[in-house]
Amino acid sequence: MSTYCDLPLRCATAGSVDDGKSTLIGRLLFDTDTIFTDQLSHVTDVSARQGKAEADLSLVTDGLRAEREQGITIDVAWRFATTPLRRFILADAPGHVQYTRNTLTAASTADVLLVLVDPTKTTDSLLPQTKRHLAAGLFLGVPNVVIVVNKMDAVGFSHDAFVRAREWACEYASRSPLTVGRPRTALSFFPVSALSGDNVVRASTRMPWFDGPTLYAHLAELETTARSTSEARFSVQWVRRPQGVGSLARRGYVGTLASGELRERDVVKVAASGLTSRIERIELLDGPSPMVHAGQSATITLQDEVDVSRGDVFLPEASALEPARQVELDLAWVGREALVPGATLLLKHGAKKVRATVDAILSAYDVEENAARPASSLRLNDFGRVRVLTSEPLAWAPYAQSREGGRAILISRGTADTVAAAIFRSSPP
Amino acid sequence: MAFTNPRLAPALAALEEESVHTIREVVAERERPVLLFSGGKDSIILLHLCARAFAGEKLPLSVMHVDTGHNFEEVIAFRDALCASLSVPLIVASVQRSIDEGRVTEERGPRASRNRLQSVTLLDAIAEHRFDAAFGGARRDEDRARAKERVVSVRDELGGWDPKNQRPEMFDLYNLDVAKGGHLRVFPISNWTELDVWSYIAARDLRVPDIYFAHEREVFERDGMLYGVTPFVQRTASEVSFTETVRFRTVGDASCTGAVRSSARTLPEVLREVQDARVTERGATRADDRATDAAMEDRKKEGYF
Ligand SMILES: Nc1nc2c(ncn2[C@@H]2O[C@H](COP(=O)(O)OP(=O)(O)O)[C@@H](O)[C@H]2O)c(=O)[nH]1
Repeated sequence: MSTYCDLPLRCATAGSVDDGKSTLIGRLLFDTDTIFTDQLSHVTDVSARQGKAEADLSLVTDGLRAEREQGITIDVAWRFATTPLRRFILADAPGHVQYTRNTLTAASTADVLLVLVDPTKTTDSLLPQTKRHLAAGLFLGVPNVVIVVNKMDAVGFSHDAFVRAREWACEYASRSPLTVGRPRTALSFFPVSALSGDNVVRASTRMPWFDGPTLYAHLAELETTARSTSEARFSVQWVRRPQGVGSLARRGYVGTLASGELRERDVVKVAASGLTSRIERIELLDGPSPMVHAGQSATITLQDEVDVSRGDVFLPEASALEPARQVELDLAWVGREALVPGATLLLKHGAKKVRATVDAILSAYDVEENAARPASSLRLNDFGRVRVLTSEPLAWAPYAQSREGGRAILISRGTADTVAAAIFRSSPP
Repeated sequence: MAFTNPRLAPALAALEEESVHTIREVVAERERPVLLFSGGKDSIILLHLCARAFAGEKLPLSVMHVDTGHNFEEVIAFRDALCASLSVPLIVASVQRSIDEGRVTEERGPRASRNRLQSVTLLDAIAEHRFDAAFGGARRDEDRARAKERVVSVRDELGGWDPKNQRPEMFDLYNLDVAKGGHLRVFPISNWTELDVWSYIAARDLRVPDIYFAHEREVFERDGMLYGVTPFVQRTASEVSFTETVRFRTVGDASCTGAVRSSARTLPEVLREVQDARVTERGATRADDRATDAAMEDRKKEGYF
C-alpha cells in the first residue's frame, strides 16, 4: 500500500502533434497495470469501432468527443496512477500551437515535463512545436525536462537517430535565453517506443547501445519540487475578524506559507508598509503550533494592531526585499489579442491583485531562431519581456530564488480571461 | 470549531492544504460562493475542508443541495444531521419543484431518471440566489470528461461548459474573475482519487452515511449492475428482486446509482477494497455515464456538475 509518505510525481507531456504523447501515457499506465478494466474496455471498444486491429493506447487519455472524432488532444487530461514504485499525476497536454495555453497549464505545476521527439520527422532539426514546448518548459523553469525520443521502432532502433535528437535538444536548451533567471532545469534523454513499449516500463533488448534505466525507472527516482527554502513569505489570503476573547480577540491572518518557515515570537514585516510586529500565535489546520513550514496553511495573530489586508505579504524583519511598482516580466502571452504598450491588465501575484500598465515591450523571443529580438507587440503564443507599472507595489522575488514569489498571472479586464503567465527575474542579461 | 487532530501523512496533508488554499481564494474573491452538498462522501470532505479553512468563524459561504427527490433516505437524514451539527443552514433546491412549475418534464418508463433534470434546477437556484461561484466535489479520476476539467471552471450565461475553450490555469494562481452573467464552478478536490478520499476519511475520522458500507439490501440486476429496489425505479417483469450484500461507491440519484457486491463492513475493509479495485467508481456504479462515450461531457455542457 502506498503509505502517503511521498507526494505523487506530477508529469506533463509535451511535443508536436502525433509524436506519441497520448500513446506514451497509455503505455505507462498499461505496462504498470494501472488501467481500470472499464477504462481499458472503453479503449478496446473505441479502437474496434475505428477499425483498428489492436487497442490504441492513445485513447486512454482522450476524453472529449471532439478529441475522439478528430483524433487529437485538445485539452489537458489528468490521470492518476499508483504504480508499484510510486504514485503519479499524469497530465497529457495537446501538441497543436493553438493549444499552447493548455500546455502551459499542464507544465506550470509539473515536476517533470516529458518532451516527445519523433525521429522519423526530424531530419535536420527539431520540429517547431517541439522547440516551442521545450521553450515553455525552460520559460517555466520546470525542474526536470526529459527529452523522450519516441518511435525508435520506426527508425530501426538507430543509435544515430537518438544521438541526433539529443544533440539538437541539448544545443537548443543550452543556447536558450529563456533559461536566464530560472531555477536550474535538469535535462535527460531517453530512447523509447511507446507503441511497442521498448524502454518505457520494460527494458529494451533492441537498443543495446543505451545503458540508462527505463523511462519509468527514471521517473520513479525523481524528486518532487520542494518549496523554496529562501526567506519566509506569507501571503495573506483572508483576514479572520476578531471573535470573542483570548487569542480569538485579535485579527487572524490566514494564508499559506509560500516559502521558508516562521515561528511564534518571530518579528515579521508587512512588505508594503514596512510596519513590523511579533507573531503572537500560529494555528495550523491541525491546531496551534509553535511554527509553520513552507506549504502549510496557517492563521497568524500579531501582538500589535497593524493594518493588514488580503494580498499583503509578511516577510522576516531583516528581509532586504524592496517592493516595487515598476517591474520587468517575462511573459508567455496567450491572449487572443496582441499585447501592446499602454495596455492595462490585472496582475495576480500571490493573493494580491493589482492593475498593471505596459510601459514597454522590451523584446519578443523567436522560438524558431532561439533568440530574443526587439518587438513592438506580443502576439498569441509569444514569449517576450515587458516592463509594467503597477497600481501598488509588489513584494516580488526573483524566480531563481523563490518560485512562489517570482511568478504571476495576467488577466484581461475586459474579458476576464487569463492572458499570460509571468516570471519575475532580477535584471536583463 | 476547533480541530485538534493528529498530523496527517505528508501526501494527504498536501492534498488538504491544496484544497483549503483553493477554497479560501474563491471565498475571498467572490461575493456569493455556495457549496453544493449532497451528503455523499466527496461533498462531506468539501464541507469539512471549508470548516477547517475558516476555523474559528462562521462559515462564510452558503450550502445548498440540489435534491432530485429520488435520493436515498439515509443519505438525506445524514445530510440534515451533519448540517445541524455544524449549525450550517441548508438551502434545498428541489427538482420536484422544477417539475411542478413546468421548468422540466419528468422522464417516463423503467429507465427514467431525474439526474439530467438537476442541471435546470441547479442553474435556476444559482440565478435565484445570485451565486457567483459554486463548489463541487467532482474529482478528475471519476470520468474521462471530468479528467479534462480545470479546478476553477468558467460557466457562461447559460451555465454551459465549453471544454474546447477552457481558461489556462497556471501555478497555484487562480483567476477568479468572470464576465458578466457567467459564474464559476470550483472543484477543490480535483486531484484527489477515490483512495485519497477514503484515506482522508479514515485519517480525519469523518462520519459518512452507512450505505457506503456493506449491508443487506433488496436489489435487482440491470445491464450488469445492481440497483436498490426503491419507489423511484420501475422494474420490468424480468427484473426480479433479490437480497444481496452490497455497498455503494457513489451516492447520487437512486434511479441511476448502482451498488456493488461487497463484504466491506468497516472503514479498513472499504479501504482495502478501494485499493484493490479494478473498475473505476463511476464505471462500476453509474448508469448515467454508461449511456454513451460522452455522457458526462454532454451533461456538463448543459450545466451539470
Ligand atoms: N511506430 C510508432 N508509432 C507510434 C509510437 N508512439 C505513437 N505512435 C503512433 O503515432 C500516432 C500519434 O500518437 P498519439 O499518441 O495520438 O500522439 P499525440 O498527438 O502526441 O498524443 C498514432 O498513430 C500512434 O499509434 C511509437 O513508439 N512507434
